[in-house]
Amino acid sequence: MIPAQFDYEAPSSLDEVLRILGEHGDAKLLAGGHSLIPLMKLRLALPSLLVDLRRVQELRGIRRENGSLVIGGMTTHAEVARSADVASMAPALAQAARQIGDRQVRARGTIGGSVAHNDPAADLPAVMLALDASFALRSASGRRVVPASELFTGMLETAVRPDEVLTDVRIPAAPRSAYAKFANPASHYAIVGVAAAVDGQGGRIGVTGAAPVAFRATEAENALRGRSLTAEVISEAAARAYDGRDLLGDIHASAEYRAALIGVLTRRALESIAF
Amino acid sequence: MTSARQLPKLIGEPIKRREDPRLITGLATYVDDIKLPRMLHMSIVRSTHAHARLRRVDVSRARSAPGVALVLTGAEAKAWGEALPTASEVPEMKAATRYPLSADGVVRFVGEGIAAIVADDRYVARDAAELVDVEYEDLPVVVDARKAMAPGAPILHTDFGTNVCAIMPVGDKDATDAAFREADVTIKQWMVNHRLIPNAMEARGVVANYDPGQETLTVWSSTQVPHLLRTLLSTLVRMPEHKVRVIAPEVGGGFGSKIDVYAEDVLVPLASIHLQRPVKWIEDRTENFLATIHGRDIHAEIELAARRDGRLLGQRIRVVADIGAYQQLLTATIPSLTMLMFPGLYKVPTLYGEVTEVYTNKTPTDAYRGAGRPEATYFIERAMDILARKLGMDPAEVRRVNFIEKDSFPFQTTTGLVYDSGDYEPALDLALEKAGYADLRRRQQEMRSRGRYLGIGLSTYVEICGIGPSAIVPAGGWEGGTVRVERTGKVTVLTGTSPHGQGGETAFAQIVAEEIGVPIEDVTVIHGDTAQVPFGIGTFGSRAIAIGGTAIMMSVGKVKEKAKRFAGHMLEAGPADVVYDQGRLYVQGHADKALTIQEVAWAAWDGRHLPADTEPGLEATSYFEPSNCTFPFGAHVAVVEVDPDTGKVDLQRYISVDDCGKVINPMIVEGQIHGGLAQGIGQALMEEAVYDEDGQLLTGSLMDYNLPKADQLPSFELSRTETPTPVNPLGAKGVGEAGTIGSTPAIVNAVVDALAPFGVEHVDMMLRPEKIWRIMQGGRR
Repeated sequence: MIPAQFDYEAPSSLDEVLRILGEHGDAKLLAGGHSLIPLMKLRLALPSLLVDLRRVQELRGIRRENGSLVIGGMTTHAEVARSADVASMAPALAQAARQIGDRQVRARGTIGGSVAHNDPAADLPAVMLALDASFALRSASGRRVVPASELFTGMLETAVRPDEVLTDVRIPAAPRSAYAKFANPASHYAIVGVAAAVDGQGGRIGVTGAAPVAFRATEAENALRGRSLTAEVISEAAARAYDGRDLLGDIHASAEYRAALIGVLTRRALESIAF
Repeated sequence: MTSARQLPKLIGEPIKRREDPRLITGLATYVDDIKLPRMLHMSIVRSTHAHARLRRVDVSRARSAPGVALVLTGAEAKAWGEALPTASEVPEMKAATRYPLSADGVVRFVGEGIAAIVADDRYVARDAAELVDVEYEDLPVVVDARKAMAPGAPILHTDFGTNVCAIMPVGDKDATDAAFREADVTIKQWMVNHRLIPNAMEARGVVANYDPGQETLTVWSSTQVPHLLRTLLSTLVRMPEHKVRVIAPEVGGGFGSKIDVYAEDVLVPLASIHLQRPVKWIEDRTENFLATIHGRDIHAEIELAARRDGRLLGQRIRVVADIGAYQQLLTATIPSLTMLMFPGLYKVPTLYGEVTEVYTNKTPTDAYRGAGRPEATYFIERAMDILARKLGMDPAEVRRVNFIEKDSFPFQTTTGLVYDSGDYEPALDLALEKAGYADLRRRQQEMRSRGRYLGIGLSTYVEICGIGPSAIVPAGGWEGGTVRVERTGKVTVLTGTSPHGQGGETAFAQIVAEEIGVPIEDVTVIHGDTAQVPFGIGTFGSRAIAIGGTAIMMSVGKVKEKAKRFAGHMLEAGPADVVYDQGRLYVQGHADKALTIQEVAWAAWDGRHLPADTEPGLEATSYFEPSNCTFPFGAHVAVVEVDPDTGKVDLQRYISVDDCGKVINPMIVEGQIHGGLAQGIGQALMEEAVYDEDGQLLTGSLMDYNLPKADQLPSFELSRTETPTPVNPLGAKGVGEAGTIGSTPAIVNAVVDALAPFGVEHVDMMLRPEKIWRIMQGGRR
């Protein structure tokens, strides 16, 4: 539990961060540190340089912009969880943020850090998929925007490049959205988590914890299209939520059990937003 | 001055723990807070293989790394010190191991030490550990006790030719066989009481300082037994005992895991002696999971024979204990305690049992909160529920008809124990009443009709505390205590117990302050330093109050008698005429001319006007040897609802009635019950050490091993009955482990009860949601 030697920088501006990232091939960004620091203590991560984002004020905060929420990458889960704007515009995100880790993790962990780390059992990837979020990525050479559907590329992998910083998350308003979670009681990570968002036309359903990377339950989404959320529609969507893909299995839950939980949690998430 | 001074009553009162302000504000000194000039730091290279021959351990790169002072391998450890002994070589033991300080050619579990690095700081030591090049030649691994007993299994200790280290028969086989033949009904069930990881909040730690000028060794260790550690260290590091001082500073929990003497307790002093510099080693959480003892892993085939009316005729128990790779201090003793306590609170005419202990490629097991009794209680209390169902009886009734009656004490069991006192039925009645048992049963029926599954689980238990008479404890079962009224009337108490979270400083101060008649603020309690405390055994087996408290009470009595002699001399009366009344001493009938204990203490230490044949001073030391252990008991009720969608068990209520004899501090007793319940409920619903077939611990961190958290537990509903023990003058029995002992069967009985519509008779812990979900997927029967 003692990390190997590393260098540390804590710049106060984004430009400075981007300059350092551009110069060092082996630098790691430090946001909340609740995933990275344990990996370093176990010597599973051995970065030569940590660039701490905590002093970069421009990466923090929650604002409304053209009917969307814009949340800075360094905004903590605790800040997201207690934001009235998030609660009204994206209740799925508020519910997920409240259930991440424990109080200490929520006080330090950040939305950008969690999304960019993309742990297969993290709550937020499911929520980002269901809410159709998009992410602003900055590097020394420019800015680009990547939608959630393209960000989560694989287990612990994202479309964020080593020289980029995830500066903010844009979430279109989704007042009818919810997150249902079956937590690993030890880690508080999701064994399975399902986020659902619906509007008049249909809905999106994101699933985390079950597979190496979060995914959309497209069959269940098809069941919702053009229909209102009756008990029958919810049952059908729940039954179709697991699409037959390979799922994770471990001592806490087999793949078969996770498949069943996807259905149960899809139903629970949809029931909580049915009229 | 005619009315007696009114001091507040202390014994039996919920006094706030005096330890807590320093513990919760960071002012306490733990081993890791000990910082000495020129101190070096140790790091341990541990085996990553569960069973392997060490072809080569190349420490040359580590030895030459900058900042490294010493690298200790198995060879140095063997040359400089002695391998760890076991204190529990049971008579039937055929194969007792000595646990090497550092692996001696073969590693037998993941986490076993291979080399120790001593360096300028912890980072350098850890970096150098990475430079040690270990070449393993893998040997076949066995992680299951029953497989380890089978012919052809890989043998851990080849000198013995078997993994079975002991087989102990108990009881009367013929009479038991006859009872089973004559029974109306019999039941048989194989049960697993799975392996747990103690996880004290403070992991282990050792600081050693060899002083070459004085030729003394001072060792700070996070231990429950400083005196025992000193005696053993004198042998293990080859220094005479009077040159060794052991200090247990603040110790952040132990649950039995710190009774053991570990390799690091020896390696750190050996390094300090060799280098003539202080050396520190602090265990990290990963090491704590692997290298500190584990608990439980006791499996058993349980059989009961009974009459149609529920009365037990006989018990059979075949215990298989999976003890891991080596014998630690008390390893072999724990499963035999399971056997000894298996009769439970019941009159059973006959019993036959066997305990088999087996080596496997896992971390050694030893005492963990309850140590043998939770296993015994789990087995008998699960079996009683199985019997009740087979007979169509209510679980409460099948227990009631078998209880030992209150006028039968002292009661000798079929395993040879003598229960001191007990009154079991009122505890059961109170638990059922508090739970609203009849209403719960009605609600259960009503909910089942709606597809909801409520479960009500009952357990009654008797356990063994105040351990114990010296005849049954390898290091001695007595305890020491000194009481000294200082010159100014303040009181210093020295106890041989070694509190590490129990609140002993408060409880002992309550006893002494009330008995001597001084404000509690005037009493200080010192423990855990062999240079300050005359002699002691330590804190384990819920023994501190029953035995340590009694030793202190005996010293209080001696001090009061001596104070009377001084007072009589000062008041020109005989000591027999002096009344000792709440810290005031006066001649019978002359309360208006009283001396205070403070005045008497001053005179006693002043020494100029001594009574005849009386030494100066007001101090006494006593050693209490109990005549028997104590046997607390209780009744618990758990109420659960099981979610058929997910199999998740929702523990809705937990009602416990515990009888630990006379209570010194009910708040501390409640705290002990709370913690104990959390650990028992944890075992049933949350905690399990899981190894894979290669002997890798899959639950090696708190991310995978679920220690119970406050938000995962309901508010406990606690009550007590109070049946004093005749074994000690305090009437106190002990309470440190009771919650853990009573709770696992209550939870499992509740879940099995909830699953009754699914035809379930038994489910082994730990009750993972998936396990329950699979049962419920099978459908109602």
